[in-house]
Amino acid sequence: MSFWSQTATILMKDLRAELRSKEAINASFSFALVILLLFSFAFDPSEETTREISGGLLWIVFVFAGALILNRSFARELPNDCLDALIAAPLPGSALFLGKALANLALLMAVEAVCFPVFGIFYNVNWTRQFWPLLLVVALGTWGFTVIGTMFSALTVNIRLREVMLPLLVYPTMIPCLMSAMKLSAHLVGGEPLDSDVMVWMKFLIGFDVIYTCLSLMLVEMVLVG
Amino acid sequence: MTPAVAAEDVWKYYGDYPALREIKLAVEPGSCVALLGRNGAGKTTLLRIIAGFSKTGKGRVSIFGKDARDTETRRRVGVLGHGISVYEELTAYENLMLFGRLYGLENPARSAMEWLDRTGLARVRDGLVREFSRGMRQRLAVARAFLHNPEVLLLDEPFTALDDRAIAVLQTVLREALARRCTIVLSTHQLREALELATHVALLTRGSLAYHGERTAEMLSDPGWLYARYGESS
Repeated sequence: MSFWSQTATILMKDLRAELRSKEAINASFSFALVILLLFSFAFDPSEETTREISGGLLWIVFVFAGALILNRSFARELPNDCLDALIAAPLPGSALFLGKALANLALLMAVEAVCFPVFGIFYNVNWTRQFWPLLLVVALGTWGFTVIGTMFSALTVNIRLREVMLPLLVYPTMIPCLMSAMKLSAHLVGGEPLDSDVMVWMKFLIGFDVIYTCLSLMLVEMVLVG
Repeated sequence: MTPAVAAEDVWKYYGDYPALREIKLAVEPGSCVALLGRNGAGKTTLLRIIAGFSKTGKGRVSIFGKDARDTETRRRVGVLGHGISVYEELTAYENLMLFGRLYGLENPARSAMEWLDRTGLARVRDGLVREFSRGMRQRLAVARAFLHNPEVLLLDEPFTALDDRAIAVLQTVLREALARRCTIVLSTHQLREALELATHVALLTRGSLAYHGERTAEMLSDPGWLYARYGESS
């Protein structure tokens, strides 16, 4: 069985298990919507202010709501010692990691897909003016967050306080990724195109994703087998 | 002949405490080793190292001469640990299909159905595992471990908490596995069941190998003999 088939098998297994239990996705959806709603009452923004805070606001919602999904990623394997069976199976740690990361990406993107229209309505912003570049930025930012989150989820899976440890490890590590994603998102939600002014942030984001994806794929086997 | 399982001077530390001390073990292909010892003797630690879940502090473990973490080696090994290692949110059939695919079986659907039949779970193949009784889960765990016809079986206290039907299923498939020259290493506290099946015995005492040799008629007639002779009380 090829690397990609094994990756797809893990991806489908995680999505199927999550869609049946809805443990993480329901909590993440609710959390994201509540924060968006609360912030809309806290501020009375003009369109200009909304444009300026949109990047920060959206990504704060995404990373906090996303942590609930990432926490479950490897923790889902703990009941019945399922992780042992996966480690014993003849699949490389990198296929296991990638399958889980892609499943997390799909779940996070689903939460984000709901958040954007809600953001548009509550904050009276037309965020679709640069739809495709914005989609690209959100996908790249979410992938950076997912890669780091999945890796640390594997690292903290056997720690008693993993729900606390995961955000403590993930948020500082992903500051460069978050900075880029926030700057780019604010720019694109404001209707500005992806021009040379912000291209440096785009390169920064892509570089971050490439480096952390490669690092995670190389190190995950060491993390899983203690 | 290359041993099916070999441990060469294996040490394992938890902090400063040596959980395993200089373990030397060679298991011939087709034999069944009963790994015995009191609680905390190091049976599970040794099995986890052989299964590739954990690294040695010092020394080396090999399966058919190759590293335990080698992908091809893992294809030849089946593990049944303390947990049942099946997913509650998947059906019995989906669980077996998942592991059949991961082990690269030619026809995972056929193998899954065959093992569901053998373990008496065919009629509940589409039932979610979370709705299964304990005995049904345990039989599914046996099906998962044997699904890919492993050449080496590592079983950690396989008879513990099994119901009579699951014990019967497990004993049958273990005898069949031995008949096709599968190598078995099983740790257990149930001496009589283990000794009836075993061709060899290894006794661990406080992380050290106190005895390793063939199972004798003496052991079978008095399962406590080995502990009395080589155990901590001697």
